[in-house]
This record gives sequence, C-alpha cells and structure tokens, in this order.
Amino acid sequence: MTATGHTATGHTATGHTATGHTATGDAATGAPPAIELAGVAKDYHSRGRAVPAVSRIDLAIGPGEFFSLLGPSGCGKSTTLRMIAGFEEPTRGRILLQGRDVTAVPPNRRDVNLVFQSYALFPHLDVAGNVAFGLRRRGVKGRELRERVGTMLDLVELSELAERRPRELSGGQQQRVALARALVNRPAALLLDEPLGALDLKLRQTMQIQLKAIQREVGITFIYVTHDQGEALTMSDRIAVMNRGRVEQLASPREIYERPRTRFVAGFIGTSNLLRRTVRAVDAAGPGGRAMVVLDAGADERLSAPLHPQMGPLRTGDQVELTVRPEKIEMSATRPDGPCCALRGRIVEVVYLGTYTTYTVATHGGTEITVFWQNSTDSTNVAERGEEIWLSWLPEHSYVLPESADEEPSTPRSGGPDPGGPPEGDAPRRNGEPAAGAAAQTPTATAAHPVSP
Amino acid sequence: MTSLDSAPPRLAPARPGGGRGGRLGERLLHAYTWLILLWLVLPIIVMIVFGFNDRVGKRNNTWNGFTLRWWGELFAIPDLTTALVNSLTIALLSTAVATTLGTLMGLALGRHTFRGRGGVELLMFANIAAPEVVLGASLLSLFITMGVPRGYLTILIAHIMFNISYVAVVVRARLAGFDSSVEEAARDLGAGPFTTFRLVTLPLILPGVLSGALLAFAMSIDEYVITTFNAGSTLTFPLWVFGATRVGVPPQVNVMATIIFVVGVLLALGNALLLRRRQI
Repeated sequence: MTATGHTATGHTATGHTATGHTATGDAATGAPPAIELAGVAKDYHSRGRAVPAVSRIDLAIGPGEFFSLLGPSGCGKSTTLRMIAGFEEPTRGRILLQGRDVTAVPPNRRDVNLVFQSYALFPHLDVAGNVAFGLRRRGVKGRELRERVGTMLDLVELSELAERRPRELSGGQQQRVALARALVNRPAALLLDEPLGALDLKLRQTMQIQLKAIQREVGITFIYVTHDQGEALTMSDRIAVMNRGRVEQLASPREIYERPRTRFVAGFIGTSNLLRRTVRAVDAAGPGGRAMVVLDAGADERLSAPLHPQMGPLRTGDQVELTVRPEKIEMSATRPDGPCCALRGRIVEVVYLGTYTTYTVATHGGTEITVFWQNSTDSTNVAERGEEIWLSWLPEHSYVLPESADEEPSTPRSGGPDPGGPPEGDAPRRNGEPAAGAAAQTPTATAAHPVSP
Repeated sequence: MTSLDSAPPRLAPARPGGGRGGRLGERLLHAYTWLILLWLVLPIIVMIVFGFNDRVGKRNNTWNGFTLRWWGELFAIPDLTTALVNSLTIALLSTAVATTLGTLMGLALGRHTFRGRGGVELLMFANIAAPEVVLGASLLSLFITMGVPRGYLTILIAHIMFNISYVAVVVRARLAGFDSSVEEAARDLGAGPFTTFRLVTLPLILPGVLSGALLAFAMSIDEYVITTFNAGSTLTFPLWVFGATRVGVPPQVNVMATIIFVVGVLLALGNALLLRRRQI
C-alpha cells in the first residue's frame, strides 16, 4: 500500500512542496494556510484487514478560499472532511489548522464547523436554539447571543421562522438552519458535506449561488464535499478531484475542465470524447513552443493534439487517448480548411435539447463522438440522421492522455474488495506519472488561489 | 390500540348494518374487541367499586351500600400502611437505580459494538424470560450463601436486578432510528461528551427512558414471587394482601390499589402525551 501511496504523492504533493507551504504557506501575507493536510491517510479495518479509504493526501487550503473535494461516492472525500472535522483519526499524517497541529484534538475543540449532509439539526430545539447552540458552548450569552443569532438568521433569511422546530421546516429551510448554526461560530473553516444533496434541482441551483454569495460576504474558508461536478465548477476557487482515496487533479475549475489531467478527470467532469490512437510522430516544437503529437488517422483525415503539460515524453507507436470536449467540435458538410483536426463520420443520433442539440457521430473506426451544437441563430438542424459529415476542432482544444488500459498491475488493491473504491470496476487510475509536470503546474494554481476575503 | 382508535364511531349498536361497519365480519371483530376490553377492565372495576362498599363482617364480596368510610380510614391498619410504604419506597428506589443503570446499558447495547455484547444481550433477555420462581429461588440461595440477612435491602436488590433489563430493552428500542449525527453535530459545535449527552442524547431518548421507568415502577409495586423469596420478615403491599386473603381483605386494600392504579394510568397518559407533543 505504501508503494501506491508514494506514487500517488508524486502528482499531488509535489506542487505544494515546491511552494514551500509547510512553514510559511501564503508567502504574500505570511499567514499560514487555513487548513493543511500533510500525508494524511486513513485505513478502515474490516475483518482484520486494513482497507484504505484515503491513500495519501497533501493539501494546503488558503484563507478565504472556496475549496471543493469532488469525486464519486466512496472516493474518500467525506472521510477526508471528517478527518478535518475531527470525527475520524488519520492512520498516518498530520492535520494543521491555521498552522497548529490538531491531529489529536477532539472535534469540540477544533475551530471548524461542519454542515452535515443530513443537516443533523437538533429536533428538540427550535431554529434559534439550534443556531445558538455553538455560541452557548463558548459562553456567549445575553444580548450578544441574541444579536449574533439574529444577524445570522437574517443572513440566511430565516428570521420569521426562529421559533419553529426543524420538523416544521422545508428541506431548503433546514439546510439554511444547518448553515447558520455552523457559520454563526465564525469558524476558521466551514466544512460542508454534500449540503445540497437532498434538495431538488431548482433549489439546489439557487442555493449554490446563495452559498457562494454568503461565502464571499463572511470571508470564511469553505471546504465543500460534493459528487456533483456542476456544483463544484459553479462555486469553487479550486477543486481537488478525488478517486479511490487519492487526489487525481487539484486546480481551478477552468483548468480542471479545459485540461483534465487524467482520463478519470476527463470522464468525471463534463462529457469528454476519447479517441484511442497510436502516436505517429511527435513534433517537439509545435505552435507556441509546445510539443504536438500527430496521431494515426484515416485517409485525408488529420489528428494532432498538444501533449498534456503534465505528461511525460511519448514515442512513435505509443498508444494514447485523445480527448476533446463535445462543445469544441465543429460540423461541416465539406472537408474543413486550415490546421484543424478533422475526422469523418456518420450521424447516428440527433437529440434536440433546447439550448443545444447533441449529435452522436460514428467515425469510420467505429468510435462514437458526441457533439454539442449550440442552437444560437438557426433553429433548423445542420444535419440529419444518417448523413455523412466532417468533424473538426482546433488542436489546442484537445489533449493527448496516456491510454487508460494501463491498469497498474502493481496495486494490490485492484480487483480486491475495496469499499473505498467507486462502483465502476474499470475506472482508470494511473500511477508513476512523472512529477515534473505537476511541479510546473500546481504552483500556478496555488498562486492563483489567494482570495482576499 | 388501533382497533380502539378507529372503532368507536361505527360501533354504536343503534346503527346496525349501517355503512361499511355493517358487514358481519367487521361487526364480529368489534364485538370481540369490546369483549376483550371488558374482560381486561372488569376486575379493576370490581376492585374500585368494592373500595366504596359498606362492608358487613370480615368478607368484602357482597355489595352492601355506598360509603366513603374506607377512604377516611385509609391508614387505620398500621401493618398495611407499613407494607404500602415499603412497597412505594422500594418501587421508587429500584426504579431510580434501575433506570440509570438500564439506560446506560440500553445505550451501550444500542450504540456500540463491543466484545461480549451478545452475552450481555442474552443475559438481559434471560432475565426477562426466566420464570420468577427461578429468579427468586436463585437469589435466595445467593443471599444465604453470602450470609446476607433477608429484609428490605434484599428486596430492593432483587427489584433493581429484574428492572434493569426492562429499562434497557425499552431504551434500546427507542434508539432504533436514532440519528447519531446530531451527537456529532453537538460535538462539532463545541460540546464535550458529557454536555452532548445532557443537552442532546438524553432529551432525545427521554421518552424511552420515562417509559422504561414507568414499566419498572409498575413491575416493582406489584411484584410478589421474587419478593416473597427474599423478604425475610419484611412485608410489602402484595405480600400483606396475600397474607390477608385467608382472613378477609379489608376495603382499605381496594382503596390503596385504586389510588395506585389511577396514579399509574395518569403517569402513562402523561408519558403518551409527552411523546405525542415531541414527536421525535
């Protein structure tokens, strides 16, 4: 297990070590990060065997940052959050809160508050009593107590319902009570465990915007756990995409969407087309000084893409996967001009979705490619089912990833009973990725994050 | 209870065959329900009524006219009064101790997995299932072996012993569906383990604890078999009454039993109301 853990560190931790976060953190202000996880791992014991829930995580979350842990169920994101809150003790590693080691500090003495997925409101107390609970434990009373509770209820627009019991509230109202109950303590960081999971779609979208606005207003560090990529993209300053107890990519939402670093991230965030191809040539000095990879394609077709910045060198004959987002693809009846990638295919499905139409195009190689076509001006379909069509996109809108079939055989975990893993058995994981790229990339993301409250 | 809730409106014999209640099967069911209730309640009614009987002679089993005399002379028989006081204090003390210990036991069984949990559970149910004669006799031999003189204290110990299991079972049942994340929330909001128990856990399981306490009190106040083994020369209310049957039970016994019954019913009703009001 240690072997896997260390390889994983190669691509998650390197960036932070490079920033020198361990002592100083945010170099600009001299303030330590709000929260820091150093080599944190958690094993669960089941029938005498240690089952890793979190393999190894290194993170530094800046003050005032809206940070998301995103991943499928069982990826270890909730366990990570519960370790920060103090409900789970890490098997290895340390947790620092504003520079102070809190690894062994019980939850009631940690300056963080958790918004539970089930809200966990006290059913025997009214709304005001719920919100006042934390303040009372700190000895706040009298007028100050009333004022702070009142202000907080105003903030979440629940002043009218202060005397209601939780069971008399709607789901959205309960959610806001849970938020107010945690925020009123002005914690160093607010931890949110899928807080919008139980709400319906419309309410969830409204609450996302409200949450972000509240976070901006109070300036408290938010650590948000979710499996909903849309939620993470909407609200976060930075996202850590987790899979099987490890961080697959840690970057800004844009970076994660535009440049997914692994096949897993590409597949988990949004829709991605993946084309499995063989490398024909590598042009070390492509446009912008970036290495371009030319891939095998059919007659008068063309496929080339930049190498992902965090990927090691490739050789002719290597099997790789090209990834391109459906909305980046153009469709035309004739062969497109210019230096773009071009492929031919037949339309097998057309689904009209209002804002856009999705086309499913089968290439001559048999791969199905999804295209999102914006219905901006012309409401008529550009092409019909069964038509032969050209697909094209700019090479810089696509990336080449190593082929996912390299299921690492060294991991003792693969195929084993792993409650911590996602349900899909073929989820791609990659080890031994060269750390050089990560070192170059992550500091940029770290530098981009300091959000002033 | 459900049949009671739904039955009364349609039960009136003034509307036979009316509406849905008219079907034969349903009418039979209603009749049967009332018969059972009557069967359960009749002895209690007789007991209450004969507390007002203007008795002639030693026997109190033929109606001879209404009087409030026995209510006025409630404490006229010193031995009976002592026995009642013994019963009440033993019931209160054993309830208090058994509720505390039983609640903790129920919490442990309902919330935690630990080595020996299965054994504890088995012991708990064995205690409830075992015939009282067996419990009483084995306790007696234990006390004799240890050289403990039988009396008030041994009765109290015996009552605590059998009551713990009842409280534990009730509290444990109350914990089913208990969302322990509210306790985590309390911890998260700065409450230590004891404060969390006092402010969150206890209020939430309180209906269960009260039900358990009521059950324990009811079990203790009329316990006869185990008590008779371990009482020595001390008398409790049931022991005194049983002894008096040979010479005739004085109406004061009916009056005392009536009071105990009414208080018990009121407590049970109060607990039910509390449960309904909190709905948690």
